[in-house]
Amino acid sequence: MESQSQVLERLRTAFESRVTIPEKFRRTQLTNLMSMIKDNEEQIVNALHKDLTKPKFEAILSEVEIVMNELHCALSNLTSWMQPEYVSKNLATKLDECFVRREPLGVVLIIGPWNYPMQLLIVPLIGAIAAGNCVVIKPSEVSAATDNLITELIPKYLSKDCYAVVRGGAKETQALLKNRFDHIFYTGSQAVARVVLQAAAVHLTPVTLELGGKCPCLIYGRVNATAAAHRLVWSKFFNAGQSCVAPDYVLCSKATCDALVPALRQVLEDFYGSDIQKSPDMSRIVTPKHWTRLMGLLNRTKGKVVVGGEHDEKDRYIAPTVVVDVAEDDALMEEEIFGPILPILTIESLEESIKLTKTKEKPLAFYVFSDESSVVKKVLENSSSGGFCSNDGIVHMALPGLPFGGVGNSGFGHYHGHWGFEAFSHQRAVMLRGWALEKLNALRYPPYSDEKLSWHSYLT
Amino acid sequence: MSRQQLAVQRARKSFQTGKTKPLESRIHQLRNLLRFVTERRKDIAEAVKKDLSKSEHGTELFETLGVEGEIKLAIEKLAEWAAPRPVEKSLLTVSDEVFVHPEPLGVVLIIGAWNYPWAVTLQPLVGAIAAGNAAVIKPSEVCCHSAKVMEELLPRYLDKDLYPVVTGGVPETQELLRQRFDHIFYTGSSTVGKLVMEAAARNLTPVTLELGGKSPCYIDKNCDITVACRRITWGKFVNCGQTCIAPDYVLCEPSIQSRVQEEIKNCIKEFYTDDPKTFEDYGRIINKRHFKRIMALMEGSTVVVGGDSDESQCYIAPTVLKNVTGESKVMKEEIFGPLLPIITVSGVDEAIQFINEREKPLVIYVFSNENKLIKRVIAETSSGALLANDCLVHFTVSSLPFGGVGHSGMGCYHGRYGFDQLSHMRSCLIKQLKMEGVNSMRYPPHTAKKLGWARFFLLKQINLGRLRRMMLLAMFVGVASFVVQVKKLCLPKLSSKKVQCTMATTLMV
Repeated sequence: MESQSQVLERLRTAFESRVTIPEKFRRTQLTNLMSMIKDNEEQIVNALHKDLTKPKFEAILSEVEIVMNELHCALSNLTSWMQPEYVSKNLATKLDECFVRREPLGVVLIIGPWNYPMQLLIVPLIGAIAAGNCVVIKPSEVSAATDNLITELIPKYLSKDCYAVVRGGAKETQALLKNRFDHIFYTGSQAVARVVLQAAAVHLTPVTLELGGKCPCLIYGRVNATAAAHRLVWSKFFNAGQSCVAPDYVLCSKATCDALVPALRQVLEDFYGSDIQKSPDMSRIVTPKHWTRLMGLLNRTKGKVVVGGEHDEKDRYIAPTVVVDVAEDDALMEEEIFGPILPILTIESLEESIKLTKTKEKPLAFYVFSDESSVVKKVLENSSSGGFCSNDGIVHMALPGLPFGGVGNSGFGHYHGHWGFEAFSHQRAVMLRGWALEKLNALRYPPYSDEKLSWHSYLT
Repeated sequence: MSRQQLAVQRARKSFQTGKTKPLESRIHQLRNLLRFVTERRKDIAEAVKKDLSKSEHGTELFETLGVEGEIKLAIEKLAEWAAPRPVEKSLLTVSDEVFVHPEPLGVVLIIGAWNYPWAVTLQPLVGAIAAGNAAVIKPSEVCCHSAKVMEELLPRYLDKDLYPVVTGGVPETQELLRQRFDHIFYTGSSTVGKLVMEAAARNLTPVTLELGGKSPCYIDKNCDITVACRRITWGKFVNCGQTCIAPDYVLCEPSIQSRVQEEIKNCIKEFYTDDPKTFEDYGRIINKRHFKRIMALMEGSTVVVGGDSDESQCYIAPTVLKNVTGESKVMKEEIFGPLLPIITVSGVDEAIQFINEREKPLVIYVFSNENKLIKRVIAETSSGALLANDCLVHFTVSSLPFGGVGHSGMGCYHGRYGFDQLSHMRSCLIKQLKMEGVNSMRYPPHTAKKLGWARFFLLKQINLGRLRRMMLLAMFVGVASFVVQVKKLCLPKLSSKKVQCTMATTLMV
């Protein structure tokens, strides 16, 4: 079995041989990746079911289709993405060729999380391959079945010299991070992100961090409660709430809360039936450890459970749960929930709600439900977050045209579509000057003078 | 509370009032910055003269002219840069608003360098102000006169709370780095760059690092060697070689080595006279420590031009070295001084190999008449930037990103890049609560049918242009068949053959 440094050396040799540079090579790899997903859709769905009891629908939509979409986007646009970008010039450089060239960085590392173990590993991989890099892929060991599948499939479909899967837990990841990479793409928690950044600093390696946070969901003004409830339930309880962009908590007035709770209850029954644990469309918590963590939050909350609350340790099941009368300092407001518990904080005014969100770290997503565009505008203009979506949840991250990433504690850098290609590229400025007009250059040579200076000022 | 903590706290409080949001207020500050640079020209020039012995003209050419240009560009383009940027939609978001909204990050820390104390501190500041941030400005303490002038005079022009100048040495900088920022913009050495990144890691703060490296300069034997050497001499000895993008060393074939030496010698004389020491437009090394460092680098190489020095003045003559190899002392670190080593290589192949054995530099220079050769160097090397047939000037093109890669840095700025670098590009999707029926395909209970619809609708990107064309074609075909039907009805005597022909023609179109 190859050691980590042997893997890296192999990939670096491959990169230096310039095999990943031609467009044809990148296209072939991306096409092969597409075949990998298509040929193994059933195995992928099964692995995700083993890891998270992920319903087939969710697996197809959020782990297969979204990846296929990104592959189509990359394959359709690769040629144009790779083109040099010609830029405008000043008077002194009018006769020169000035352009920006997108170049691969070298050998990059992608560390994936366990909640969407395919999507959040493969979509960055698409960007890295498209940009012409060699890639070390580190799937999350927590989603073990998917980890096994990825380890088996990648070498079957992608060039073994240029793309390698490295497995392991915290110890192996720390050892991996001691090596020198040309970019590190990490999706996960703030705590581990700090470790990644420290390791990257040693080698001056640039990093993309896709983290999380408590994504607030404000509901104010005139609202179609039924439509809002549908979208809120869908985006909150998708993957049992284990999404970095799930609405974490709701802020609304008492009246809205009173209208919302029965609507949520009804929608939950419409979606999952009266015995949710029996519904094939509800996921489970990924590990006993996380189940215990979430139950801990529920047990410590001083709020009132009005919907759900049922749980089953053996099944790692927690019912979609709604908790009201939650205060700002409640246990449910301490950390990112990352589970199927929805706290509702009652704050009468929109302004006070906005004020509350400003006291917290910048989240990955910010949601507002309202039929009044003035409310939406106010929230947009008085908040900061990775992304923003009004009157729905999660879906903004499915658009390859939008950069997906965080700000502040929710991360930095972004990807999806063209942004992914750029994340893994170096934008190299190229200027090709001619030999003529050397007399013009004389303006800049010493001895300096006022006259030369004024000409220079004019030309640049 | 330390002075540094206080400054950051005040900047953050001021930022949180929202006063940097309106574009007018940003433009107002930018105009004030422009006034500062133009009204205080003399103070700035005097400070730089004391720090680096740079002449007034030199300062204007290399420091303030660039800053003025950046400010004017930002003022002109701000509305365009700060406007929401629309993006491509999917089939289901056709009726929604989808855009990227550039937003300020918050409080940015700008750590300047000593070699161009005004340019590398104020140019990032332009980007920071334009993007709507507050900025703590930390000029390098090594150029102490410029730092003092910045500390005294800048607050008279810019908002004191939003853009405080915090001076100090290593301990003060370390204290500053303990505070929380929303972005850190550092210009300086790779060694300190690592420390900045490490400090930033604690708060998950993104960084822009403008570092350095040994920028190689390859001279192809097939080129106008005279002109090449003029440009290289200029690029090398500006600011006494203390430029991050100065050509660090020359690579050329042995057959042209003496010619290159001779030409550079002549240019030095032409630009800096026979006695550069007494010439106004030739500078000094920043301090004794760097003077000693640079002098020591000459060990083991042969001086062919210059070589004389005067420690009391921190003067080192424009110097050319030969008998230099990859192992020579002068090749072990970035020179950042007026020593130009010439290393011989057998041709462009060896030059490329030599360059690739070393860390990625901030810029690669190549002088050649052959486009093919230049293209090869571009394709087979990596660097922050590449400039063919001249030195330094890519810095002045504000539409080109200025930054490094690998050990020469991360991130970039100038012009719009500076604005984008110090903004957060926030993805926005503005939906309505209507058309809920369409959403039902994604809701449980999940069925195979719903899955089919969802696969088709929910994620597919659409090429609006192609869709429009398809719809137009469908419409056209519809109209054509309608016309044919009408004709059939109105002109029953028309032969079926003619009808068929008409149909075919219409459809073909």
